[in-house]
Amino acid sequence: MTDAASQPEPRAETATALFSWHVEQGARMVDFAGWQMPIQYTSIVREHETTRNNVTLFDVSHMGRLRFNGDGAGVLLDRLLTRRVSDMQVGQVRYSLMCNHDGGILDDVLVYHLETPSGTRYYLLVVNASNREKIVNWIAAQWPDEAAVELCDRTLETSMLAIQGPHAIATVSPLLSTNVADLKYFRAKVTNQMNKPCIVSRTGYTGEDGVELIIREDQTTHILQNILASGRQFGITPAGLGARDTLRLEAAMPLYGHELNEDTTPLEAGLEFAVSWTNNSGATRDFIGCEALTEMKNNGQQRQRIGLLIDGKRVGREGYAVLADGQEIGMITSGTFSPTLQRPIAMAYVAPQFTDLGQQLEVDIRGTSVPAIVSNLPFYKKT
Amino acid sequence: MNTEELLYCDTHEWVFVSEQDGQKIATVGISAFAVEQLTDLVFMELPSVGTAVTAGDEFGEVESVKAVSPLYSPVTGQVTMVNEGLPDNLDVLNTDPYNAGWIMKVAVSEDLPKNLLDHAAYQRQCGEAS
Repeated sequence: MTDAASQPEPRAETATALFSWHVEQGARMVDFAGWQMPIQYTSIVREHETTRNNVTLFDVSHMGRLRFNGDGAGVLLDRLLTRRVSDMQVGQVRYSLMCNHDGGILDDVLVYHLETPSGTRYYLLVVNASNREKIVNWIAAQWPDEAAVELCDRTLETSMLAIQGPHAIATVSPLLSTNVADLKYFRAKVTNQMNKPCIVSRTGYTGEDGVELIIREDQTTHILQNILASGRQFGITPAGLGARDTLRLEAAMPLYGHELNEDTTPLEAGLEFAVSWTNNSGATRDFIGCEALTEMKNNGQQRQRIGLLIDGKRVGREGYAVLADGQEIGMITSGTFSPTLQRPIAMAYVAPQFTDLGQQLEVDIRGTSVPAIVSNLPFYKKT
Repeated sequence: MNTEELLYCDTHEWVFVSEQDGQKIATVGISAFAVEQLTDLVFMELPSVGTAVTAGDEFGEVESVKAVSPLYSPVTGQVTMVNEGLPDNLDVLNTDPYNAGWIMKVAVSEDLPKNLLDHAAYQRQCGEAS
């Protein structure tokens, strides 16, 4: 008992380092995957538009950050992920999926290949907050017997901030030791922020230009203030999960638990770009789920992710049926009123024969059949 | 409207009852607190004139970017007028929810429900919720 009492208080996993700051800013806080997160500070639409036109800051510290050290890390991740990892150059970031043996999606992730200033190379996996525990357990169950690899869950020791919008690069450039403007899309670098280690990547979940920073947890407030000061001239504001959702929906980025789950495959989700069937030499790759996915690729699939533009102003929301000539042919997985397009948009899964662009469908909005058409994805593309 | 003279549902609708030619007329809207909680309104469905509404039952809906919320009638009676311009100008609910933002008028056919809140009680409820 005395031992336990002398231990430092475990940090509550439900709050990010910026919890008090969010509350001070007047954020409406919600529980998201066990984390207390800001859904909005002022208005979803205002935060959405500030991201599209200026720059915003998101606390995304709830995302899981798993570090893989050791020579065996690439081989292990090659087996776990649908996309090739071991051929990644240092500084590359890739979107990938982790599937179960049936080809069902366990999570969608970003893989970073990084190098510390002292020359140690490692991989970093950024996973969804809602899946972090599941993924850690899944990886442990797949762990090879003699693996030269070590997994460190860095989620609680680090924070993650997303700075997104046309002025994001100008906002963070003066703060970092590396030239962020030269960092290409989906590239990352281990750098410094005021002599403290920081990973910067040109990534995001908004469809806008921007960066994500992974920093030491105890540096979060300090770095936040620097970002806000630097972004003031561009009208930077914080943005919450509400705007993050409308932004990613316009950009047609899938969200785990909505477009993606263990009963959905990468092929159905339209994410085959994140499946590497072969390695660099052209040989068939052996990753978890490949047999089931190969079979589905050869035999065809029952449903496909599509985008819908819905008539009127009512939003077609998750779980609403999609109809063709009155017959149910699918279901909406996410929907919102698009602040940019000023109309309701949605993503849905429907039977493959109804996926042609311009296909006329209907959405059952609480008992009323509302016309909708199959739209090109993404709904919004930055110019 | 003087907000202190209004009655409120715990579901955030307000009601003001006046008398015209012996008939009780209830004007119904939603509170500033409700509008603030909803934010980013995109759609409102009004009842048709002539519709019978029942206290505590749904008479329409209001939708924000985030969610759709039913509107509950504070009174029982028949809809005599609706604010037809409101759905196309939902911003009025942000600026003037108790006057220009009224939603419907109802010819009241039954006594007001006992569970309507006065201004002070409603303020207390909102204070606890926020």
